[in-house]
Amino acid sequence: MAGIILKSVQFRRQREAVWRELEALVTQVEKRGLRSLASDQLLRLPILYRATLSSLSVARSISLDKNALDYLESLSKRAYLCVYGTRIRAQDAAWQFFAETFPRLFRLARWHIAIAGLFMALGAATGWLMTAGDPDLFYSFVPAEAAQDRGPGSSTAALRDVLYHDGQNAETALHTFATFLFTHNARIGILAFALGFAFGVPTLMLMFMNGLILGAFGALYQSRGLSVEFWAWVLPHGVTELLAVILCGGAGLVLADSLLFPGRHTRLETLALRGRQAAALVIGAVALFFIAALIEGLFRQLVQSVPVRYSVVGATFAMWALYFAVAGRAKDHGDPQPR
Amino acid sequence: MATRSHGSLPPAVTRSRLNREIVTPEGVPLEVTLADRAQRVAAFTIDMLIVGGTLIGLVILIVLAGDISVRDSWILSFFLLVAFFLRNFYFAAFELRWQGATPGKRATGLRVIDRGGAALQADAVLARNFMREVEIFLPLSLVVSVPLEASDRWLVISSLAWVLLFLLMPFFNRDNLRVGDMVAGTWVIVTPKATLLADMAQTAAQPAQAEPDAAAFRFTARQLDTYGAYELQVLEDVLRGKGGLDTRFTEQEVCRHIARKIGWATGIPPTETRRFLADFYAALRAHLESRMLMGHRRLSKHDR
Repeated sequence: MAGIILKSVQFRRQREAVWRELEALVTQVEKRGLRSLASDQLLRLPILYRATLSSLSVARSISLDKNALDYLESLSKRAYLCVYGTRIRAQDAAWQFFAETFPRLFRLARWHIAIAGLFMALGAATGWLMTAGDPDLFYSFVPAEAAQDRGPGSSTAALRDVLYHDGQNAETALHTFATFLFTHNARIGILAFALGFAFGVPTLMLMFMNGLILGAFGALYQSRGLSVEFWAWVLPHGVTELLAVILCGGAGLVLADSLLFPGRHTRLETLALRGRQAAALVIGAVALFFIAALIEGLFRQLVQSVPVRYSVVGATFAMWALYFAVAGRAKDHGDPQPR
Repeated sequence: MATRSHGSLPPAVTRSRLNREIVTPEGVPLEVTLADRAQRVAAFTIDMLIVGGTLIGLVILIVLAGDISVRDSWILSFFLLVAFFLRNFYFAAFELRWQGATPGKRATGLRVIDRGGAALQADAVLARNFMREVEIFLPLSLVVSVPLEASDRWLVISSLAWVLLFLLMPFFNRDNLRVGDMVAGTWVIVTPKATLLADMAQTAAQPAQAEPDAAAFRFTARQLDTYGAYELQVLEDVLRGKGGLDTRFTEQEVCRHIARKIGWATGIPPTETRRFLADFYAALRAHLESRMLMGHRRLSKHDR
């Protein structure tokens, strides 16, 4: 057979150098990352990748050399992972996310967020009305760790004291408290999102229960004539924190929505498409939780004046309203609507 | 179809249950192998050991540091933050940096890819990893918190059963998708590894050149029509020594079988076995490839 040179053998002889070069680059990227490539190598990578991919296409139609086919297939896949792996500069991604993506996704999911907010409001109203009617219900609505020894049995003085000293020991450092608040709240938020996968029911329950607690506290303080001071205590961070909770709930409802009403695509496709948007919302919400915790853990402990507290409420509210209504507007055109 | 023009996947005779096709943005289909559940559990265990080990290591460091009463509140804050970020961003951060791999996945040779074949986006990575909260951490916290009073215990146990549905999701679908993969539209695949060996059609022919007086085996078109691509590639594996423990024995068996099948009249001495197989391989490949160029792709001997 020595005299005959197969077309596939000839083909391989001509291309092999390219494959070997690509293999060396890919191996380097796999071992030491994309950054380890010099700039000329970085330019070569996609060229070699496309050449190899075209080799693969040709080989599939002319060659029966199994080893070469397997090799090309695997090399193409490895190169594909290098070329089409995630590649964003962290700071660029972060800037773009907060300047455009996050507010845009908020607007896309506005109805889901509104429903989550509605359930929290319903919970708050229920909690308020029922606790106002029967103060003992406070104990059924508010878990012990949230109550921190407060309840209908507490004296008015004790309740007022909490508003200015937060039930924290003087020794407990503020930053520790703030950190705890942040990690705890962000976890609840991520949970509210993830529970959306169970068709949203647990998410809505979580929203409702959060509302219940808020309403129960509101009614308790109202009954002692401390309403103004109570809301001055809750709302400076509450505006941001409740917004973040509602955002996470809305993100969970986006998941539930795509599972229940997948529309033109299959459930899995719709979920894959919109699940990512929902997750991005949660990332934004985590940032909100962080801001809220700073306000709650530091500012609220340091500033006791009721008017100043209310001005912070107004300022944060106006800021978020403006941010979500306006930021990244210019890029909205041509966006796919929720459905 | 766009994929046709770029050379579609050759129809494989033996395709594994875990093989899937992705189409690259260039329009070329590639076949990927999904990771099986055991590999994924192994990768996850390694990652969790790293996370847990880091936290325990931190605690030990703090304890060893001794006199920390002055700064202990700062250390507590620091610890809480580290724990939070490890828990929620360890996986995502690595998958973003290492093109879809975490240390555990790298150790077990796994990668995360986009199911549609597009580039893996940051939001997909975040989405698949946030879902761990409901898949892993929620069941875990429930297990830890099973209360002793009988009334509450049943509540917790029933919610645990419900939550287990998420944890065991990979067992309920063919693609071994966990909930996070569904939400993010990702697959976890085995990182492909294959080395380019010498072409058998050339190397096998070498001995024949070395001793020019030994006439090469020649086959008629009728004899070569006996087999298809599948048999050719099995023969390739045999020639590469993948035929089993006893290569020589396997070769002789295969040789005898082929000789009978194609009606080879004369006997083949044992010393010539390998040359016969190599020549037959080269001839068969030339035959099948030239037919393939004319548009006849013969998959196996059963394919007429």
